[in-house]
Amino acid sequence: MWEIKFSGFGGQGIVRCALITGKAVALYDDKYATMTQSFGPEARGGACQSQLIISGSRVLYPYCTSAGVLVALSQEAYDTYEPGLADGGILIIEEELVKPKANSSRVKLYPIGATRIAEAVGNRLFANLVVLGFFSAITGAASADAMKKALPGLVPDRFLKANLQAFDKGFEHGLATASQTNGAAQ
Amino acid sequence: MSELSPTPEYSLDDNAFREQNPMAEFLRMERMPHIWCPGCGIGTVVTSFAEAIKAGGYDMDKIAVVSGIGCTGRVAGYVKFDSFHTTHGRAIPFATGLKLANPELKVVVISGDGDLTSIGGNHLIHAARRNMDMTVICVNNFTYGMTGGQVTPTTPTSANASTTPYGNTEPAFSLPFLVDAAGATYVARWTSLHARNITKSIGEAMKHRGFSFIEVISPCTTLYQRRNRLGDGVSAMEYYREDGEIQHGADTRTVDIGYQGKIAMGKFVDRPRDTYLDAVVKHLTSVIGDDYELYGKTPMEKKAEEEARKSAAGKGESADICEDGC
Amino acid sequence: MAEFPKIVSADPKGVLTGRHFMDGDHALAEGALAAGCRFFAGYPITPSTETAERFAERCPEVGGLFIQMEDEIASITANVGAVWGGKKVMTVTSGPGFSLMMETFGLAAMMEVPMVIADVQRGGPSTGLPTLTAQQDMMQVRWGSHGDYRIIALVPDSPQECFDLAVEAFNLSEIYRVPVFIMTDETVGHMHEKVVIPPAEEIKVVERNWYTGPKEEYRPYKFDGKHGAPMVKAGDGYRFHSTGLTHDERGYPALTAEDNKKLLTHLIQKIDNNADKIIRVEESGLEDADIVVVSYGITSRIAIRAVQVAREQGLKVGFLRLITVWPFCENKIRELAGRVKAIVVPELNYGQIVLEVERAAAGKCKVISVNSCGGAVHDPEEILTAIMEGAK
Ligand SMILES: Cc1ncc(C[n+]2csc(CCOP(=O)(O)OP(=O)(O)O)c2C)c(N)n1
Ligand code: SF4
Ligand SMILES: [Mg+2]
Repeated sequence: MWEIKFSGFGGQGIVRCALITGKAVALYDDKYATMTQSFGPEARGGACQSQLIISGSRVLYPYCTSAGVLVALSQEAYDTYEPGLADGGILIIEEELVKPKANSSRVKLYPIGATRIAEAVGNRLFANLVVLGFFSAITGAASADAMKKALPGLVPDRFLKANLQAFDKGFEHGLATASQTNGAAQ
Repeated sequence: MSELSPTPEYSLDDNAFREQNPMAEFLRMERMPHIWCPGCGIGTVVTSFAEAIKAGGYDMDKIAVVSGIGCTGRVAGYVKFDSFHTTHGRAIPFATGLKLANPELKVVVISGDGDLTSIGGNHLIHAARRNMDMTVICVNNFTYGMTGGQVTPTTPTSANASTTPYGNTEPAFSLPFLVDAAGATYVARWTSLHARNITKSIGEAMKHRGFSFIEVISPCTTLYQRRNRLGDGVSAMEYYREDGEIQHGADTRTVDIGYQGKIAMGKFVDRPRDTYLDAVVKHLTSVIGDDYELYGKTPMEKKAEEEARKSAAGKGESADICEDGC
Repeated sequence: MAEFPKIVSADPKGVLTGRHFMDGDHALAEGALAAGCRFFAGYPITPSTETAERFAERCPEVGGLFIQMEDEIASITANVGAVWGGKKVMTVTSGPGFSLMMETFGLAAMMEVPMVIADVQRGGPSTGLPTLTAQQDMMQVRWGSHGDYRIIALVPDSPQECFDLAVEAFNLSEIYRVPVFIMTDETVGHMHEKVVIPPAEEIKVVERNWYTGPKEEYRPYKFDGKHGAPMVKAGDGYRFHSTGLTHDERGYPALTAEDNKKLLTHLIQKIDNNADKIIRVEESGLEDADIVVVSYGITSRIAIRAVQVAREQGLKVGFLRLITVWPFCENKIRELAGRVKAIVVPELNYGQIVLEVERAAAGKCKVISVNSCGGAVHDPEEILTAIMEGAK
């Protein structure tokens, strides 16, 4: 079972990340997935988070009790949600936006310059897809294949190709990182 | 029939009565006599409504009458059409749903001033704004008749009501101005003395596409007249005769009614504008394309029709099927 | 009489067959469309708005009509009107809007109008907690409008069930000519999960019980305590009357105590006498249970977790999920109360359905309420603690 939290500020595509992953897992990886999100004004600008539970059997409790994975794309999100990450949990951060605590050995830290990579693909807006590719490679919680299948309908058609490209870049980067750090965290 | 509880009113043989009473076509004679007081103006409105329908040559199966609650609200129970007696203030939203669900209906709302402009005031202005295709007839007796003569939003300033026993200090709504400003596309006012004019206006309003509003100033003899020492129904007619002034096309800003003051009457507004449903259908057709069809037929219905057409063709006659699904 | 209830396959036009990753609110709209709902008058309110938005978006494709009315009173009343105009209708709302709709729920019960209303519950009273979950309207739905009447209320625990129960709600409303409520909540409403929408031919839809007999014999009401009379719509030439006043079978006002008795007995009996057919529950481990957890909606998902832990510790804990909350499964509770030590009732309110459980248990076993002020689902630990207490 995976308890995953995506977090950042509104407009970064946080909820979208959880939707894509949830859809991928539920429809194409044939596992159970339950996704919830923060609602209200915060989802439209301030801090924003979305939770995804993945399991081989029906998900009962729909929220994270002790997240195994935290994706934090803003400092505020990191500061707020890092303490809720389980010991030894996977922490994925956007390295240009989040400065982790000096001693973060409690968790497995995976920084990525997603914005920079997205800009290379054509637009910083694709950063969340870079993160998702990275996330998929690092955690193995959702297969790359399923993630790509989940994209149509969740990203604008005209940007589908660019989003796929961004995902692949992130995924490659994730595989490289994982091999350096002794294989996927899975 | 035997299972039915006896109605408190006496019942008459329908067929015999129809011959005697020209109104039997339009009224539920088995429900007579009605509950209204002698001299009350509501009956005049009902008669005018029936006359208008008679003159208009409508398909009476396609007329629906909706009322709220009050003395006037009882109208729906007496008219022999599909009729609905709803809750206080809600005749217009009910009528909105009825009309939108079955657009071939002619929907007429008949209700009181308190019902339509106080508790139902919000619905009134929004239906006018949308130009919802319906006719609203408001019997304005300046009071809550049914509950015993309380003040309403149309009670003239200084008039006495049971909840303003020292006189009303609030200003009154001028209904033609209100609905005109809100977007009504047909607005008229008469008094219950002017039965023939009411009939004519109802006829026009029902032919009008869009939100039509007719205010009928009408005496509540038992409460408003008595409490304000204005005499009986006859005195009310005298007042209407003396102070009613026909001002067709008058600027609705000028037609407010003071206590026992002049009553401007006539057709004030009559202008074309797309109804709510016309606008929706037009717009969606332009956005979605010509295959857009409101309440388009279900595949089952289409199949049944196809079969009906085939079997009719087999008999060598063309099936008479209306294209737009009516 | 014509075949009743008349069950047909769903009109494929409204059915979005396939596997979706969808939230409960969207699934409600899809369920309604699959059930043949083609009219929806609504008013926005968190956390139910997504259903209205979804319906508005899908309308042109299915030839339906969505209208946003000026308030909830107007929206629910327009829906009642639209039923008499011949349509299957639904609306959704949450606490504040639900309160505004109360008077018209009474009208709908009185006019015996089939319709579906979903309350995506949020924390109250008043404006309360617009974005947070609760199950605080469970008694209001049953008793909220004045007078005596009956309604049916179903509670989904997942987006999939939002779809499934929406279809069922429409079917029940057509069979019993009664407003049927889907008492979901913010968590289920906003939670995304897999929702499988079957092919149209596999979705069974109850058609309106249209009257087919001779015109002169038509009566809009039949106080038979069973299903009531077949219906017609305005414009069909029956020129019938319907009122919120106490009435006779012709629909005419009939205002004596005796008239009221005939009418009211019918409104009540058509649900009470059919309760066994209407009520659906999900149960496990009840056969040899010492303790039973009775829950509904999102809370039951949390409860299962507590039940599992307790079973691992060797306790004999049964699980009963109320899919139908109203009518209440009192026979079931009465039977259980006679043979178990305790019934534990967690709810996202300060103890509502537990009152019904206590009434049915009638002192024969302990009844432990695990109440909550709403705003968040229970911690499974709280339910576990109550189970332990019951086991003592
Ligand atoms: C919600 C609600 N509030 C109050 C009432 C009581 N009530 C019944 S009729 C009425 C006033 C009706 O006045 P109006 O619409 O002017 O009709 P009239 O009797 O004057 O024809 C009131 C307040 C009610 N039935 N429902
Ligand atoms: S109380 Fe007034 S309004 Fe009502 S019936 Fe009598 S006269 Fe008419
Ligand atoms: Mg009045």
